[in-house]
Amino acid sequence: MKIDELHIVLAEDDRDDRLFFKNAFKGLKIDNKLTVCEDGLALMDYLNTVEPLPHILFLDLNMPGKHGMECLRELRTNQRYADLSIAIYTSLKSPTVGEEALLQGANVFIRKPNEPEDLKKILQEVIYINWQYMTDGLNKDNFMLNY
Amino acid sequence: MNITLKYNIEQLCRSVLHDKVSALNVEYQITSSGTVYFPHKICAQKFQELKLELERYGIEVITDQKTILVQKIKRLITTMLTPDSSLPLVKISSFLSDNLNENYRVLSQVFSEVCHMSIESFIILRKTEIVKQLLLNENLSLTEISHKLQYSSVAHLSNQFKNTTGLTPSAFQKIATGKRKTRINV
Repeated sequence: MKIDELHIVLAEDDRDDRLFFKNAFKGLKIDNKLTVCEDGLALMDYLNTVEPLPHILFLDLNMPGKHGMECLRELRTNQRYADLSIAIYTSLKSPTVGEEALLQGANVFIRKPNEPEDLKKILQEVIYINWQYMTDGLNKDNFMLNY
Repeated sequence: MNITLKYNIEQLCRSVLHDKVSALNVEYQITSSGTVYFPHKICAQKFQELKLELERYGIEVITDQKTILVQKIKRLITTMLTPDSSLPLVKISSFLSDNLNENYRVLSQVFSEVCHMSIESFIILRKTEIVKQLLLNENLSLTEISHKLQYSSVAHLSNQFKNTTGLTPSAFQKIATGKRKTRINV
């Protein structure tokens, strides 16, 4: 598969976090464009109409309006989003949330590390691994990463 | 109702290639390394038609030298990783440089530049994908898989799997099976 530009979507309600993600993606060696949605409802509205669909979504769990887990369930029961990679992240410490997210169809689960540098490294690694799945047509059903 | 399929990508691509290239009505030969050989030059129009036709199947005609080299490296790695492959256990670096007649440092540089990942990380990623397939589709035990893929031990396999995915093989299996079940219920 040939991709000229990687399209990333970020759903995050916190301004500082949004800025952090933007900077992390700026350091990527892959040409990319970032679309930001400020909450779960805005995200669903955006995804329902956008064409072509973005390649990967970074989804915060705790958002006002619509919880990340709710968005995930909705996306994963709709065939339209079958090819969209979904990375969930949270600062929640609950031990079961990661497994639950993967079970609901998330491809990546990130428990935010304390160090911003570590998070940046994880985000870039996720993008590069996802890139391999996209360009080599690997089986996305088996694409699961737990950080 | 769900039916589970298993397919041979290599065979699939070859059949598509044969169908599409033979439609051009020119002499050709498909070689094993993902190359189609035309003894006589084909005209630009036919080339374009073929290119477009193949794109529909996700087959891309590559012209960039670096991408061609990377594709060759990937193919060699895939052959090497085929379960039960009878290939001798040689170092990856010498295997690739011998087969491609190129210094390993050059190969490794070009690969990282194009794939944004080192050859070593790519191999581990691919190997882990094969482990996943064997776990889920063939129902093999970790011991059997470690033999098939020439891991030195089950512990080595498990550790590499955990380091690459963040999940133990059994946790992965549990989630993947759970996912399949929920999908059947949907």
